[in-house]
Amino acid sequence: MIIRFVLNGEETQIDCAPDRRVIDLLREDFGLTGIKEGCGSGECGTCTILVDGENRLSCLMLAVQLEGKSITTIEGLAGENRQHPLQEAFIRCGAVQCGYCSPGMILAARALLTENPEPTREQIREALSGNLCRCTGYQKIVDAVEAAARAMQKQKEKAG
Amino acid sequence: MNRVLLPKNLPELWSFLENEPEARVYAGGTDLLVQMRARCADNLVLICLERIAELTGIREDEDGFWIGACTTFRHLLNHPRIREQIPVLAKALSTLGSPPIRNMATIGGNICTASPAGDTLPPLYVLDADLILSTQSGERVVPLSGFITAPGKTQLERGEVLTQIRIKKPEGYRVQHFEKVGQRKALACAIASMAALVKTSPAGVIESARIAWGSVGPTVVVSPDAEAALTGKTLSPAVLEAAADLAGKAMAPIDDIRATAVYRRRVAANLLLRIGT
Ligand SMILES: Cc1cc2nc3c(=O)[nH]c(=O)nc-3n(C[C@H](O)[C@H](O)[C@H](O)COP(=O)(O)OP(=O)(O)OC[C@H]3O[C@@H](n4cnc5c(N)ncnc54)[C@H](O)[C@@H]3O)c2cc1C
Ligand code: FES
Ligand code: FES
Repeated sequence: MIIRFVLNGEETQIDCAPDRRVIDLLREDFGLTGIKEGCGSGECGTCTILVDGENRLSCLMLAVQLEGKSITTIEGLAGENRQHPLQEAFIRCGAVQCGYCSPGMILAARALLTENPEPTREQIREALSGNLCRCTGYQKIVDAVEAAARAMQKQKEKAG
Repeated sequence: MNRVLLPKNLPELWSFLENEPEARVYAGGTDLLVQMRARCADNLVLICLERIAELTGIREDEDGFWIGACTTFRHLLNHPRIREQIPVLAKALSTLGSPPIRNMATIGGNICTASPAGDTLPPLYVLDADLILSTQSGERVVPLSGFITAPGKTQLERGEVLTQIRIKKPEGYRVQHFEKVGQRKALACAIASMAALVKTSPAGVIESARIAWGSVGPTVVVSPDAEAALTGKTLSPAVLEAAADLAGKAMAPIDDIRATAVYRRRVAANLLLRIGT
């Protein structure tokens, strides 16, 4: 069936089986391999995408559910040739070791900062509690989100 | 391949169900899609309910709330009146799964999955929630307390869909309490949970107590004996301990990978001691 949606800002349509998992469709047909499959059952958050700005798990969505939605993956977070402040902060704070969890962490953090631009550390922990990291540990990840929040606030002030 | 249909409104849903009486419905998919993957289900017809406007949203009237079955936990938690009027439910929702699970999962899905560990069930039980079950030709109202007949089994008949949940405001129940014991804070299935509503007189005498436990029996466990032991008393550790002893007798927990039956019974009953703290 034909499914129409917006993918990283671009109108897209694809003819595919309605029961393809969204994670498979985006990785295999669109080559968006920033999305990872850690568990395939909702437990780990590595398959996180933003659906109309909300963090959801692409391993538990079927292709038809994309119809009419606006989808953001890690590949679409930054503009051309530059990093998003969250990506910069993750690198600067040492919040990335193997990197398998990072796309999901960053997208979950993005959803949080849209709703709450100045979260406390506790609120950051809570917002990222559906995303597991097996190597970095959470301290530096929380540091990075805090740093990104500050950077984004500054950007906003500059822009007036 | 499985077929998947995405109805946009109730009339469309009814016509899909008429043509495909064997179809399985799903809302957030956080239970069904996990199960289907484990079983490699094929050649099914699935109907996703997430786009049906009539099934999502929260409406308040004088007596309480009407909640669309496909309302997500996130939507419920963001609703200030739900948090204010029925904190016993809001507290349970805030412990359920994880943020992305709460963005996807729905209250109707939690009820229809009928898991012994379903976190909304003890609160909905003490709140005396009613369920509206609908088909193309009409609807019936079933109390939540009778809806679940066994783990994973409900009174839903073929072609019937849970459309609304009716919750009356628990007038006068000043104490609204929910506790969940799990192996960690997020992404943890309950080892035991308890929801309690307690109404006290101005002098502090308990006029009525409604208590329900999760994960300590095939479905929600209640203990009329424990409730009776609390009624007419003032809240004190000794009174709660006596009621906890009686509550333990009503439970029929099992051993599983998360905890032993002995531990479950003990911790569940002792959750009573936290009421009023
Ligand atoms: C990682 C993870 C963690 C979880 N943690 C918890 C937890 O802490 N506590 C907890 O209670 N649960 C938990 N769950 C289970 C699940 O998220 C919840 O039960 C959730 O509420 C299910 O809602 P859903 O809309 O996703 O259900 P779905 O998967 O869409 O549906 C579940 C079942 O209900 C039926 N159904 C759904 N809606 C309707 C309807 N309107 N009418 C008729 N039938 C319907 C479906 O046919 C299916 O059988 C967890 C799941 C995952 C994957
Ligand atoms: S792969 Fe989707 S939550 Fe783990
Ligand atoms: S950096 Fe390796 S899992 Fe998080």
